[in-house]
Amino acid sequence: MRVALFLTCVNDTLYPGTGRAVVKLLAGLGVDVDFPLGQTCCGQPQYNTGYRRGTEPIARRLAEVFRDHDAVVTPSGSCAAMVREMYPRLGERARAEGRGDALATALAPLADKTYELTEFLVDVLGVTDVGAWYPHTVTYHPTCHGLRSLRLGDRPLRLLRAVRGLELVELPGAEECCGFGGTFAVKNPGVSVAMGTDKVRSAEGTGAEVLCAADNSCLLHLGGLLGRQGSRMRPVHIAEILASTREEVRR
Amino acid sequence: MSATPLGMPAFPDAARDALRDTTLRGNLRHATHTIRDKRARAVAELSDWARLREAGKQIKDHTLRHLDHYLLRLEESVTAAGGTVHWAADAADANRIVTALVKATGEREVVKVKSMATQEIGLNEALAAEGIRAYETDLAELIVQLADDRPSHILVPAIHLNRAEIRDVLVSAMGDWGRPAPDGLTDAPAELAEAARLHLREKFLRAKVGVSGANFMVAETGTMVVVESEGNGRMCLTLPETLISVVGIEKVVPAWRDLEVFLQTLPRSSTAERMNPYTSMWTGVTDTDGPSAFHLVLLDNGRTDTLADEVGRQALRCIRCSACLNVCPVYERAGGHAYGSVYPGPIGAILSPQLRGTGSAVDASLPYASSLCGACYDVCPVAIDIPEVLVRLRERVVEGGPAVRRGTRVVLRPARGHAAQRAAMRAAGWVFTRPTALAAGQRLLSRTRRLHPRRLPGPGRAWSADRDLPEVPEESFRDWWRRTSGGRDSAGGSGREERS
Ligand code: SF4
Repeated sequence: MRVALFLTCVNDTLYPGTGRAVVKLLAGLGVDVDFPLGQTCCGQPQYNTGYRRGTEPIARRLAEVFRDHDAVVTPSGSCAAMVREMYPRLGERARAEGRGDALATALAPLADKTYELTEFLVDVLGVTDVGAWYPHTVTYHPTCHGLRSLRLGDRPLRLLRAVRGLELVELPGAEECCGFGGTFAVKNPGVSVAMGTDKVRSAEGTGAEVLCAADNSCLLHLGGLLGRQGSRMRPVHIAEILASTREEVRR
Repeated sequence: MSATPLGMPAFPDAARDALRDTTLRGNLRHATHTIRDKRARAVAELSDWARLREAGKQIKDHTLRHLDHYLLRLEESVTAAGGTVHWAADAADANRIVTALVKATGEREVVKVKSMATQEIGLNEALAAEGIRAYETDLAELIVQLADDRPSHILVPAIHLNRAEIRDVLVSAMGDWGRPAPDGLTDAPAELAEAARLHLREKFLRAKVGVSGANFMVAETGTMVVVESEGNGRMCLTLPETLISVVGIEKVVPAWRDLEVFLQTLPRSSTAERMNPYTSMWTGVTDTDGPSAFHLVLLDNGRTDTLADEVGRQALRCIRCSACLNVCPVYERAGGHAYGSVYPGPIGAILSPQLRGTGSAVDASLPYASSLCGACYDVCPVAIDIPEVLVRLRERVVEGGPAVRRGTRVVLRPARGHAAQRAAMRAAGWVFTRPTALAAGQRLLSRTRRLHPRRLPGPGRAWSADRDLPEVPEESFRDWWRRTSGGRDSAGGSGREERS
């Protein structure tokens, strides 16, 4: 099986450590991932802000970049949801506008073979114990797209529970949105910060050292709040926890 | 929609007051969390919820597809049952019709049962302008009226007020509207309810004209259905001699049988009850009971325009249960008033800009008043994909495009004020279709990483006023991948870095 990593623009630019963790994690499980350098972004910022037509070329090229792979893995719930849920809609809308099936046909294969990381681990590889070691208390925020679009359910929690040394503590109000929402964070900064502050407060209330999620976009926002508020809690992507081994430098 | 909030500020500005008001936020948080938990329990009791939800969606979609047919059928049945049907294209039309009907009775006051449609068209104000006083009889609606306030929730219009605030309103204003509040009124719920009961009783017994809305209209039989918790609605429907019901055209259902679905999904979604305490159904007039004259005013007011949009039309499936408000994290913080409409929360964010167009500041900002978290879609008993409609409306705001306004096809121009954003999106689109440009940008960002300010000017200020910016890494992933062949070369193969 030829597996490609779709890292997403945010991770590529700001969180390369997450990308390296995914590569290492999957290699440890015997999956050699490919990283086509032609990849950029899924177009979610455009689409969600209302630039649907502007999203089309971005989506087309992403589908083209991964044309020859059997599976595409991404450590971002919202980007996985974009490709899986919204790409088919882009195709439908183009059809409804009388522009034929070309877009739908181009995008469908990518939508069908894209997996969010934890989904790929549990459903495709069939593992929940990835052999990780991470001696910290962790609380998990199950981002909106992971929860309500991809229906990841307890997959991430099963993976975390199998990590040696890790103490998982429940996050109260876990299912509530953190307030990031892409451009929402800058268009409605007041409400966004209020939502994020509540999330950060309940996370801190758990006493955990680490706030974990399967999407760096939410962590970018929550980490920004934690940083500004001088909190000692660290935001960490689940891939980095799952890639941690005993040989690692202690974090 | 006549109640367009002229000069109403855009959502982010309107939300500011609520964000600062800690009492309000506390009231809202408490109320919405209580009811959302109860709703979840009430829904979990039904093993066939998913099927009921799908059935509700199908019934509504089918009806909307053949709306002209079912409305004519309804007109026939209502007429046959002794009622009179009036068609109102917009708010002004509807207000004119109702005012004339009231005047024809020679009365100067009417009692009203909570009706979103009459709120939507600003009927009370229109009646007042003609010297007719409208008394709200729904408890929460009464409080809002006495407080000279605006409703902030579909089902609990006074959700933003707490008990102490409500007591103060009753004490200070009841006397101006009728029977004053009893001496020594405390904020005990039973005392508040009793005060309202005495005040309202007087009105019910005197009123000759009632004005209502309806939750459903059955085309087959001409039956109107109102569900409520207090019984005040039933008084309004049965005691007056003349009943005038103002109802949006999307409320029609084809057959009596269809109620089977909605009378299960509506109460559980709205008040978390298995059944509404009062379900009133009336069909035209009868000689021995109830009003002797019945008028049904069918209100369009932007609804057929909304029907023209293949994505947005699903908003017309709404049965106004308010479940989406109670789970919405944005509503919880911003409060209902920020939405500038009788329809607040997620449903308001998609309904108002469709009924009124996206011309005003608030209507152009409403599609963005959501983080697209999807909680509203999950709870909606008729499966309205609210996030999808929000994105569709954003598209209308920034890209313009075809739409129907007042029955005429028009091409909307993009709203003004999005030039900077459009330029940024274009630039991003340009970069995202050119990986080498993206890599160059990333390198520039990395090389200048020590120079980045912690707080940004311009549009970035909205981010960095309260949030730190992430630290830019020394090397993007793609550069690392290229340098190390994906970690296969020894250099930096297992490198990982501390993130701030
Ligand atoms: S949109 Fe759905 S959840 Fe919201 S009020 Fe309407 S029916 Fe209820």
